[in-house]
Amino acid sequence: MKGLVVSEASVVAGGKTIVQDVQFTALQGHVTGLIGPNGAGKSSLMRAVLGLQPMAGGTAIFEGMDLLAMPRRERARVCSYVEQSGSTETHLSGRDVVMLGRIPFQSVWQTSPSSDDDHAVTEALDVVGMADFGSRLYHTLSGGEQQRLQIARAVAQQPRLLVLDEPTNHLDIHAQLNILALLRKRAAAGATVLVSLHDLNMAAAFCDSLVVLSQGQVFAQGVPQAVLTPELLRQVYQVDASVLQHPHTGRPLLAYDSPL
Amino acid sequence: MSGKLLLASSLGLLLLATMILAVTFGPADIAGSEVLQVVLHHLGIVQDTPVSRLRDAIIWELRVPRVLVAAGIGAGLALCGSVMQALTRNPLADPYLLGLSAGASLGAVLFLLLGAALLMPIGAFVGSGIAMALTLFVTQALGGATPVRAVLAGISVSALASAATSFLIFWSATGDSYREILSWLMGSLSGALWSEALIVLAAILFVGLPVLLSGRSLDAFAFGDNAAASLGVDVGRLRWTLLGATALLTGVLVSIGGAIGFIGLIVPHVARLASGSRHRVLLPVSMLLGAIVMVWSDTAARALFAPRELPVGIVTALIGAPVFILVLLRYRRMT
Repeated sequence: MKGLVVSEASVVAGGKTIVQDVQFTALQGHVTGLIGPNGAGKSSLMRAVLGLQPMAGGTAIFEGMDLLAMPRRERARVCSYVEQSGSTETHLSGRDVVMLGRIPFQSVWQTSPSSDDDHAVTEALDVVGMADFGSRLYHTLSGGEQQRLQIARAVAQQPRLLVLDEPTNHLDIHAQLNILALLRKRAAAGATVLVSLHDLNMAAAFCDSLVVLSQGQVFAQGVPQAVLTPELLRQVYQVDASVLQHPHTGRPLLAYDSPL
Repeated sequence: MSGKLLLASSLGLLLLATMILAVTFGPADIAGSEVLQVVLHHLGIVQDTPVSRLRDAIIWELRVPRVLVAAGIGAGLALCGSVMQALTRNPLADPYLLGLSAGASLGAVLFLLLGAALLMPIGAFVGSGIAMALTLFVTQALGGATPVRAVLAGISVSALASAATSFLIFWSATGDSYREILSWLMGSLSGALWSEALIVLAAILFVGLPVLLSGRSLDAFAFGDNAAASLGVDVGRLRWTLLGATALLTGVLVSIGGAIGFIGLIVPHVARLASGSRHRVLLPVSMLLGAIVMVWSDTAARALFAPRELPVGIVTALIGAPVFILVLLRYRRMT
């Protein structure tokens, strides 16, 4: 099967089981959303799938490759990872940040970027609409601009699997829509996209498929229409909500009831 | 990219000119051309020189090794500072501020007083390694690495190591050796020998140059450990290898020149202004700049109040402390 298949994944940290026997599939060309309350284990699961955190058991197979058994550098040329918000004390230009994505392709002896590197970086800046920000200093940019550069950095890795941990956190609505539309474009270009999100309406609007994580286990998975039901919201999030339909797209639209 | 190459090669030329000029400073009036002739003669490139035996000895036996030691120590400390700042994501990290230098001093003094002067570099390495481990441990115990916590931990480790060193000296050193050890502790290159120059250069060659190759992986740390790991860097291995190399290099340098402050802290910041933050360029530029600054500092230390000589540590502190305050202001939102 094309895409990412995670089977019986468990993550243990500090003697506590954070993720237990998780199975899910993220198809190639799709945006798969990972949702669930705080502490459900979304971040740990994503890091473990990429080998950034030890997996206590289970496998993560991507296009027939065992991600956990791959050499790191090779894995970094297949998968890229974007965190919630990348902050740095180093004074880097936009182009410098995106160039970091070329590290897995560069040899230790190389003193300057190759023409391939330069080309990939220019293209990645273009893809995220940040072509004019190459020489701007990263720490002077807005949160949305910084996040787009992080995604450009991930794109410069020319990944077939793109994993993003709450990339829209702390962004204004314009920037959020912008980032999620970018992810749709990457999927349309053939990438497998796995993204964790807090905003369920955003998840409903932009994801082809959702995986609901609750207390370290998969509670449900499937298309947003099938997953986002009032019953599930009550059981997983302890909230009451009505599920409406988006007037233009027909996708689920949640209206939450006040807990009072 | 050719701009960076130009920067590095002009700094290289500047270092060469600095070293030749530094050799001419001193009580005997020596010209730059004589320095060149003597050096070329001893390297076997030129057969005969018109330079007298005495002047030859002054140049080759007294001044050249001292300038080489200064250059090597400056380059090494600046490299250690750059690497530590990148690895710990802490713009205030350097061997002196995080306690490595004080630990190295303690180890070196201990071995010296035990009568194993030849093993001083090893004692200094062990001392700086233990001090670094202690600083990192205290930083973690304070609740995780922030620049200020790391510096506070470094200050406490420094204080402890310095107290132990003072106690050792007070307890066992007498008369002349007392004065000699004190001057060395403050950082002094007085009476540097060829053997010491060779030790410093070997440390730069075998520890420093391999570290230069890690430049690209250090870039990956800009956004933290997870980001680095996702770029294919073996974070744990790289961190311990480089911190070990830093401790080793600091130990060797301190055992030769004493605890010289501020070079490792300040030079990387100045180098960053010129070369940008990419470590593949920053590390060599830091080393060249560190060597130049150190050679001039040492020349000032021995020439300013000649025939009296200042410990070079005083000169680097006089220049470095005000620059340190500027660095603090630049990063004030972190402190």
